[in-house]
Amino acid sequence: MSAINDLYQELIRDHSRRPRNHRPLPEADHSAEGHNPLCGDHVTIHLKLADGIVREATFEGTGCAISTASASLMTEAIKGQTLEQAKALFRKFHNLVTGEARETSDSPNLGKLEVFSGVCQYPMRVKCATLAWHTMEVALENEAQPVTTE
Amino acid sequence: MNTMISLPKLKIPPQLEGELDIARIRADFPILQQRVHGRPLVYLDNAATTQKPRQVIEAVARYYNEDNANVHRGVHTLSMRATESYENARRTVQRFIGAEHPEEIIFTRGATEAINLVAQAYARPRLRSGDEILISAMEHHSNIVPWQMVCEQTGARLRVIPINDAGELLMDEYASLITPRTRLVAVVHLSNALGTINPLKRIIELAHARNVPVLVDAAQSAAHLPIEVNELDCDFLAFSGHKLYGPTGIGVLYGRKEILAEMPPYQGGGDMILSVRFERTIYNELPYKFEAGTPNIAGAVGLAAAIDYIERIGRENIAAYENRLLDEAIRKLSDIRELKFIGTAAERAAVLSFILEDIHPHDIGTILDGEGIAIRTGHHCAQPVMERLSVPATARASLAFYNTTEEIDVLVQGIRRVLKVLG
Ligand SMILES: Cc1ncc(COP(=O)(O)O)c(C=O)c1O
Repeated sequence: MSAINDLYQELIRDHSRRPRNHRPLPEADHSAEGHNPLCGDHVTIHLKLADGIVREATFEGTGCAISTASASLMTEAIKGQTLEQAKALFRKFHNLVTGEARETSDSPNLGKLEVFSGVCQYPMRVKCATLAWHTMEVALENEAQPVTTE
Repeated sequence: MNTMISLPKLKIPPQLEGELDIARIRADFPILQQRVHGRPLVYLDNAATTQKPRQVIEAVARYYNEDNANVHRGVHTLSMRATESYENARRTVQRFIGAEHPEEIIFTRGATEAINLVAQAYARPRLRSGDEILISAMEHHSNIVPWQMVCEQTGARLRVIPINDAGELLMDEYASLITPRTRLVAVVHLSNALGTINPLKRIIELAHARNVPVLVDAAQSAAHLPIEVNELDCDFLAFSGHKLYGPTGIGVLYGRKEILAEMPPYQGGGDMILSVRFERTIYNELPYKFEAGTPNIAGAVGLAAAIDYIERIGRENIAAYENRLLDEAIRKLSDIRELKFIGTAAERAAVLSFILEDIHPHDIGTILDGEGIAIRTGHHCAQPVMERLSVPATARASLAFYNTTEEIDVLVQGIRRVLKVLG
């Protein structure tokens, strides 16, 4: 029961009810679609890059509370980061939600994203928490096929 | 809730008349005795798979401990015992579904394999470009994809009987979808996604009036509704042992003898032949023609033990109890203002599919799991019907005769907790 409260912390509930950056991004130069067949969650990540920095990040789609909140918090977290920083952040986030971070002693230093620490107790939900991130990574590598060309 | 077909009165042990002795029944299911997250397990995912009584587990163990050998091959004692157990299981299934001949019972891996067998060994050789297979809008993927595959192989077309918003077949549309090009109708008896009971008798009458054979997907109904293939007059019927309190990996295809006899084999191998020469191989008799290779003998033994168990309790008793439990669950869940049922057919059984405002079913499932409650969430392998009813996914509680009214109350409390956490 307390595990449930660990999972659905207030910040997660808030971002799932009122997701930030939940909109299309006409000026995006990188986009990708992600799909979680297990629950039918569907997310599209839009990025606008300039000088190797994420200037704008938004998402579209619907999903469970965990995947929606994760997409919402991710778009906030990667804005202003370099591509390398965004990818490094994903690796740390991934370690957090899979529980691998626990095994190493270094603190995750993930700020707000640490509200997802409860996910590691729910292996079935790791995919929900990482869907937006995986999709973001694909979007970054989608350089060959930008969705909009200006 | 009514069941569609009346069954000849079964013998009911006197101590169980009227009411089932649920405490005693529950004691037969070892898995139900456990706690999950510190709470007593409330298992409401019976449409996915049912739990197994001790009698089934012990029958499988006894088979391996005492009788294990290959079937139809040896002259030694164990092989004869194994063969006898396997063939007795066939006769148990035959009686259970009211088939005329034991050779009309073909053991498969499950409902899925049974449907694929019919698609490949019955439909494929007969279908010509432009022919039609008719299924319904509420089918499980296993009664959709095998037909799509055979349509692709032959140029036939898949047609779909539409449903209304309650999740009931539109029977007038059905009647007009049967055309001179229709080669087979394949419909589910009891929908795993909605709980709808389809009017099989009428469906089969209408198809037979136009000389179209009918396959019934009885994967869900076998555990909940009486099935009498002779009375129904269906041509094929498929179900899985694991949804009927039996083991996984065993299932049944019933086929009308005249039709099975004309069909070519499904797979080639041992057991399905009379003689093999490189010039010419002679196929075995029914049902062995369709049972290539060493079968799931222990699975068949376990399935027969499950059927014996159910029949000892009485199928009518089980149906009556489950219907009362379903009515009560519907009544109690209806009190939750935020809850909406998906599937409200007049004829329903055992399945309660619902959504809670815009809370994602996966979150519902996770929070209920924290309360020890097992339900299924998602599209239930029936994506087309989810799309038809405009929901990406639902939460589904599905009942069995070992569930209790107290467990319904725990579910209701659990749902209220979901609403508190995420509403
Ligand atoms: C209506 C229906 N048909 C077919 C199947 C397939 O059964 P199996 O996976 O045991 O082959 C299921 C299983 O969920 C079902 O509910």
